[in-house]
Amino acid sequence: MNVAESRLALPLAALFVAFFVAPLAVLIALSLHGEAAMRTWTFANYIKFFTDSFNYSILFETLLLGLKATLVCLAFGYPIAWVCARAGARMQSVIVFLVIMPILTSVVVRTFAWIVILGRQGIINQIWLGLGASEPLKLLYTETGVVMVLAQVQMPLMVLPILTVMSKIDQNLSDASRVLGAGEWKTLWRVTIPLSLPGVIAGCILTYTACITAFVTQTLIGGARLIYMPLHIYQQAVGANNWPFAAAISVVFMVAVLIIVGLLGALGRKSETHARA
Amino acid sequence: MPGPRYAVDWEAASLRIVFVTMTVFAMVFLIAPTIVVLITSLTSSESLRFPPPGLSLRWYTALLDADQMQRAAWNSLVIAIWTTIISVVLGTAASIAIARSRSKWVKACDLLFMSPLLLPALAFGFAALVYINKLGLSPSIPLLVLGHVIVCVPFVLRTTIAALSQLDPALLDASHSLGGSQWMTFRRITLPLIAPGLGSGAFLAFMASFDNVPVSLFLADERNEVLPIHLWQQIDTNLDVRTAAASGLIVIFTLALMLIAERLAGFTRQMR
Repeated sequence: MNVAESRLALPLAALFVAFFVAPLAVLIALSLHGEAAMRTWTFANYIKFFTDSFNYSILFETLLLGLKATLVCLAFGYPIAWVCARAGARMQSVIVFLVIMPILTSVVVRTFAWIVILGRQGIINQIWLGLGASEPLKLLYTETGVVMVLAQVQMPLMVLPILTVMSKIDQNLSDASRVLGAGEWKTLWRVTIPLSLPGVIAGCILTYTACITAFVTQTLIGGARLIYMPLHIYQQAVGANNWPFAAAISVVFMVAVLIIVGLLGALGRKSETHARA
Repeated sequence: MPGPRYAVDWEAASLRIVFVTMTVFAMVFLIAPTIVVLITSLTSSESLRFPPPGLSLRWYTALLDADQMQRAAWNSLVIAIWTTIISVVLGTAASIAIARSRSKWVKACDLLFMSPLLLPALAFGFAALVYINKLGLSPSIPLLVLGHVIVCVPFVLRTTIAALSQLDPALLDASHSLGGSQWMTFRRITLPLIAPGLGSGAFLAFMASFDNVPVSLFLADERNEVLPIHLWQQIDTNLDVRTAAASGLIVIFTLALMLIAERLAGFTRQMR
């Protein structure tokens, strides 16, 4: 290794300092001012956020939404990765291809498709009413709908990290577990799941952060009445034109995300050392 | 012992049945929206009812007159191409540094470069708007491209660093001892070997830029409107069937690109 090679990171580092670190620093500075001209320093924006239940309940709802969507992703993503890791090479490619497809198809397009599926006269309700139900299901503009769509949209972020870890697990360990008399379920619970935990946690981090910041899905499926943090920031910045307050909400949101990622990351490192031992 | 043997088999099968059923269910759930978009876009009627009463290409032909949408699509394409080029050039250089250097500040850079994947992109978009305002600039296409590079470059880094770590260092030593210069070794040895990883990352970055809403929302004004925002506003206000046709085109375009990426770079292997 020579010094010249580490210098190759400099151009991108310069761009990040000028266009990522600096904007975030300005954002934090702005959040500590009462007006966009930034003359007097104040904590008023943060006090306003944390003393008004309308504001902090949006943060809470957003964090909860991410948790629900992540759990749905995990419930279906884990079996997909399990089946995929045990499938033949061709089948594996097909499964991975189908899993990645939604994340590459424009998010606006996907969300649009879900409006057609979930709407009052959408496909699900046609089937539902066809089965003899008297009332159509309310899915569009509800949290259930948002969770369903988020789970579909972010599924690859859960499946891929789990699959990566799972394909590296030594098959002999599961065989040994079975030879020693443990059934398939017990082997799954005592051998496969603990060993794939680092992948599960990596998947949860990616899915969670993607779900809580998914502005397009949240606004189009949730509608105007379900407000989550990204829409709240957008409304304050563009609708109300209250930049200092929008900056404060952004900072609170980012700090909340960093805390959750930090906690999950620490858990991930712990499970990794555990898995190796 | 036929009794217990039978019990174990049933137990083994039950796990398989449950997991395969859940996988099939999830797969239907994953693919359904794509199929629904394609079928809806071929409707012959004025409404978005599904299933459509008849099939026609009328909404695709109607796209030929949708000037605003075409302009937005063109802007998105230009921005995505520039974003990909800059991300690939800066990202490849940074990947080499990250993959080969042990120094502390390079490790810190790695963390910094990945953080846009985790932080709320909308908050960054807003921060960028505040920042360029403070600098006395106004939103423009070059600034929008820089904003996109920040959120798209992590995709290039992830796949390229993974490809570099698979590279046998003995090959580089061999090239050096045979008198190959640094640049020649990069061009003739490193680049061809990391090409599939780099290509997959470039593809992901292109799609992420073409599809970006949170950053464009703040950095694109009416003059340089981009396609996803245009479609988002269409869907939010007046759902017209041309939106479905445009969505259909995007789906076809994405699938075609995915198949090309799979052929050229073994894309699905790079993602694992």
